[in-house]
Amino acid sequence: MATAKKKRVSKADAEVRVRRVRASDMANVIALDAHITKLPKPDYWTDVLRRYGRQRLHERFFLVAEDRTERTNPRLLGFIIGEVRAWEFGSTPCGWVFALSVDPDARLQGSGRALLDAISAEFKKAGVSKMRTMVERNTILQMLFFRGEGMMAGPYLQLEKDLD
Amino acid sequence: MRLQISTQLAIFAVLELSAREGQQLSVADIGAKYGVSSHHLAKVMHVMGRAGLVRSVRGAGGGYQFAGNARRTTLLDVVQLFEDANSAEPDGGAGDATPEGQALRQVLSEIDDIARATLGSITIATMRKLVDRRATDNGRQPKAARGLAAAKNAV
Repeated sequence: MATAKKKRVSKADAEVRVRRVRASDMANVIALDAHITKLPKPDYWTDVLRRYGRQRLHERFFLVAEDRTERTNPRLLGFIIGEVRAWEFGSTPCGWVFALSVDPDARLQGSGRALLDAISAEFKKAGVSKMRTMVERNTILQMLFFRGEGMMAGPYLQLEKDLD
Repeated sequence: MRLQISTQLAIFAVLELSAREGQQLSVADIGAKYGVSSHHLAKVMHVMGRAGLVRSVRGAGGGYQFAGNARRTTLLDVVQLFEDANSAEPDGGAGDATPEGQALRQVLSEIDDIARATLGSITIATMRKLVDRRATDNGRQPKAARGLAAAKNAV
C-alpha cells in the first residue's frame, strides 16, 4: 500500500513541471478557461497576465503546470493564480488563491496538487503562513479537492445581497 | 450541530474499517474503543451494510470490512443514512405561513446548506488525514491503532 502510494506520488512529480507563466502560454490558458467555464474572456486574461505575470512578482504568482514528458511543446495541464494580500477584512497578510484550473483530461494525475504545492511554497517564501481560497459550495469537485489538500473553513463568512 | 449517537458510531466505524483495507473488525472491537454496546453498533452496521458501505465477513475471525471507496465516500453519504440531512422544508408547522416563519425558515435553510456542503465535501480519506494529523499533534501513535490495541487486550 505504502509502496503504491509512493510510486503514484513520484510518478506525478516526474511528469508535472510547474513554472511561472509566459506570454506564450496565454493562448492555452484562455482556451482551457473557455473550455471549462464556457465563457471566453481573452481581455480579462490579458489583464491578468499583465497584473499577475509581470508585476510585483515577489507577492503575485501566476503558475502553470505542463507535461514534463513532452520535450517539445509540452502540453499545458493547468494553472493557478494567487497573491499575498494584507489587511483585507482586517486580516494579517495571507496567501489568496483565486484561480485554479486543470485540464479535465489531465485530472487525477497530480497536476492540481503540484500547482497548489508550488504556490504554497511561494507563499511561504513570501513570508506568510496561511493560504485561503473561496469555493462555490455546490462545486463538489473543487470542494473535494481543496478539502483533500487539508483546507478547512476559515474564520470568515462570505455575505452578499441583491442590489435592488 | 449535533449528530445522533448512531450517526457518530457509523462514522467512527467507517473510519476504523477504512484504515484497515482488506482486514475485518468485529463490532466488539469497535464498540470497546468507543464505549458502546455491540448490540447498538450491530444495528448501525446493518444499516451501513444495506447501503453498501460495509460488508460482513462470516466465520472465525469474521467481522466487517469497508466496502466503499474512501476517496469517493463523503461524510454526507454516511450521515444521511441516519439523519434527515435535507434542507429545511416547510412542514406545515406553527407559523410556517407567516412572514416571520418564512424568515426563520430562510435562516435555517442557510445553516442546512452550509452543513450539507461541509459534510458533502469531506471524504473518508480526508477524514483519515485529519485523524492522523490530530494523532500526530497529540504526539502519539494514531488513535485508531492505539484504541483498538487496548480494546483487543480488554476482550
